[in-house]
Amino acid sequence: MASTRGATVEFRDVSKRYAGQLAVDQLSFKVPAGRICVLVGPSGSGKTTSLKMVNRLIEPTGGSILIDGRDVLREEPTALRRRIGYVIQQVGLFPHQTIAENVGTVPRLLGWPKERIAARTEQLLALVGLEPSRFALRYPAQLSGGERQRVGVARALAAEPPVMLMDEPFGAVDPIVRDRLQNEFLRIQRDQGTTVLFVTHDIDEAIKLGDRVAVMRGGKLVQYAPPAELLAHPVNAFVAEFVGSDRGLKRLVLLTVGGVDLDTTVARAAVSPNAPILSPASTLRDALVRMLASEAQVGIVVDRDRYLGVLTLSTIGRMIRDDT
Amino acid sequence: MTEGEPLIRWDWIASHLDEFAFRLGEHVELTVIAVGVGFVIAFALSLLILRAPRTEGPITAVTGTMYTIPSLALFALLIPYTGLTVVTAEIGLVSYTLLILVRNIVRGIRGVPADVREAAVGMGYAPREVLWRIELPLALAVIIAGVRLATISTIGLVTVTSLIGQGGFGFLILIGIQRFFTTELIAGAVLSVALAILADALLVLLQRRLTPWARAA
Repeated sequence: MASTRGATVEFRDVSKRYAGQLAVDQLSFKVPAGRICVLVGPSGSGKTTSLKMVNRLIEPTGGSILIDGRDVLREEPTALRRRIGYVIQQVGLFPHQTIAENVGTVPRLLGWPKERIAARTEQLLALVGLEPSRFALRYPAQLSGGERQRVGVARALAAEPPVMLMDEPFGAVDPIVRDRLQNEFLRIQRDQGTTVLFVTHDIDEAIKLGDRVAVMRGGKLVQYAPPAELLAHPVNAFVAEFVGSDRGLKRLVLLTVGGVDLDTTVARAAVSPNAPILSPASTLRDALVRMLASEAQVGIVVDRDRYLGVLTLSTIGRMIRDDT
Repeated sequence: MTEGEPLIRWDWIASHLDEFAFRLGEHVELTVIAVGVGFVIAFALSLLILRAPRTEGPITAVTGTMYTIPSLALFALLIPYTGLTVVTAEIGLVSYTLLILVRNIVRGIRGVPADVREAAVGMGYAPREVLWRIELPLALAVIIAGVRLATISTIGLVTVTSLIGQGGFGFLILIGIQRFFTTELIAGAVLSVALAILADALLVLLQRRLTPWARAA
């Protein structure tokens, strides 16, 4: 569909002071259009405060936030918010409105014609994997936690916002549902091209979802980098500790089987029949798990019936150690 | 009670249905005006409390004090100013509804979950829209619970206003006492109670109709 085009979001020396205490201190970074920027850090690091300054739920004390070059402080807050999707952990669905009414909230505020709202609502429910005929007329109380969070995402996307803010949106669902919601979110985000600012305290979530990760501590930006670089080159001990001593292993999530050197000297027939068949698109982490689980401890890489070579544990080990 | 007279004379009741209908109209009118005016005032006071929480203490103190004044004493105090009129009756009746109504409106709106309010503001509802489209609908069950209480207590209190020439079914009770005529006294009391029960049931139905989502859970 790719109907929406994301906007750039830029923080310029943004600060927030509460009663003499700096909650956010001279924050500057830029999120390219259509990318996901994850703000991550321990509680009290200022990440949620920073997020809420974008749609002016919190007003900055200093600096400016630009969306496609326009300062949000110069815009009328309600008009600004209608152009920015907003998803929070508790979802905040309106209990007295049906799922369809919830999803149609911002289009209704913008005065879209009824037929267009109905069509958009149906399209969005299908997009987030909720059968419109089953869910449209239900109330939020009749849905599971995971279903409610999908409605929350659909509602935020309704008016095709160029920017979406997400505050720990998957923090309250169980790990299996969270994993599925994350994958669906990535698919939808690629599809819609929305620029996303995403807050989490979970470094694994940040690495999985972020095109860029902003590590915050005490209101300051400690490091701003793509996840692979964050794992390979943490700027200081705090970041190194925050990403974890297993950062080498975490890197495997970011690398695919097709992206590493395979051993092509071995004929397929010579490989143990127990060895798992891997596709070039699967992550090294998944490959490692399947290889360790098999007797063979190697993987056969096959791209649509075409044998590409063998992935060995020593290759994966090199990727874990490799800091470049 | 006169010697040898039965507790209830059904023939008297049968011959006074017109009077009951008239008193019913009077009783309903006094009640509706009291709860209606009381609601408008309570609503304004509640918005004031929600916007300026400092006013909650004084407003609760004043409406609470009003609630404790014996109704007879209040009417007696008002008669020199407003006489034996509907106005006197309504001032008393309205002031007794305020405490209950203000408490429930404020509690209902404060009870709206913070995440729902945050989502509404974050998606671009203007403050007035948040109140009318989100907070009030969600507070409706608690607000109507307050209206039910206020209505029941007002229907009871209306009978007292018979002492200042109003009173609906209270008029029957008053005359019944004055004439030692138990039939009329009991008729007045029973009809007043029946009206309260009916009004309460209607308000419950209204609440169910207005909050369909509450049954969906």
